[in-house]
Amino acid sequence: MVDKTVLARQFIEAIPHAKALGLDLTHIGEGEAEISMPYNEQLIGDPRTGVIHGGAVSAMLDTCCGAAVMSHPSAPGGTATIDLRIDYMRAATPGQSIRTRATCYHITRNVAFVRATATDDDSDRPVATASGAFTVEGR
Amino acid sequence: MARPRPEPMQVVKQRRDAALTALVEGVPYIRFLNITFDRRGDELTGVLNFDEKLIGNPFLPAIHGGVTAAFLEVTAVITLSWEHMFPRIESGEIGAEDILTDENIRFPKTIDFTVDYLRSGLPRDAYARAFINRSGRRYASVRVEAWQDNHAKLFAQGTGHFLMPQPPTKP
Repeated sequence: MVDKTVLARQFIEAIPHAKALGLDLTHIGEGEAEISMPYNEQLIGDPRTGVIHGGAVSAMLDTCCGAAVMSHPSAPGGTATIDLRIDYMRAATPGQSIRTRATCYHITRNVAFVRATATDDDSDRPVATASGAFTVEGR
Repeated sequence: MARPRPEPMQVVKQRRDAALTALVEGVPYIRFLNITFDRRGDELTGVLNFDEKLIGNPFLPAIHGGVTAAFLEVTAVITLSWEHMFPRIESGEIGAEDILTDENIRFPKTIDFTVDYLRSGLPRDAYARAFINRSGRRYASVRVEAWQDNHAKLFAQGTGHFLMPQPPTKP
């Protein structure tokens, strides 16, 4: 299982877009993943307030969900998103990192079901939540 | 009564293009992804200009699913903002400068967004067009389609709901 965790981490770190966003995989294993993204002025959606664009949060949530799937004990290899729904609860506070936590709560031979939450420093009030279905692919 | 003479084409084009440029280039994240918009009259097409940093799966390679989601969402918000503002841009009530600086001009906020991934995004430019299902006083529903080489073969589609900017409350 350790090998898989190392492999998954290397896989995430090899994703060019994850690198462009400055994503940091802080935890992975057993169908769960946590990713952190530092505040970055290039990702601002509203220049008047400095709030990060929802699209950047979506990209983070998608990456986090994919990592959770790959780390699941029943997932043999890679994954791709089938569908993803994001609900935006509030604007992330400018200047703060955003953290996402994803759980692969059910997996079949072909499909993995995942939920994720994004928060900033105020971890009691989610910034966004996601739920999606992902493919389960052989290695 | 005689119909007023139509404005010269350059004047119309300049006004619309300046307003659209302000709307798009004022947002750092849209520049980060290098999304641009083609305009034909009031119809917009989003263009995701391909770059290596948009890759999500380096082995295929394929565009990152999160980039696809962001591209669809940006196209939806820009199209919705554009259609919402278009009458006021045409009347001259708001200009490019106002879009960048006027605090009273607000933009629609995403409530939720759902993406269907139909095919993997190939490492090349992608295009998207948004269709406004309904735009009410408070809420709007928007559908977006995205394709690459062949418009009939969508690689993703999305639907989202948006909270429309409220006019400032009068004292």
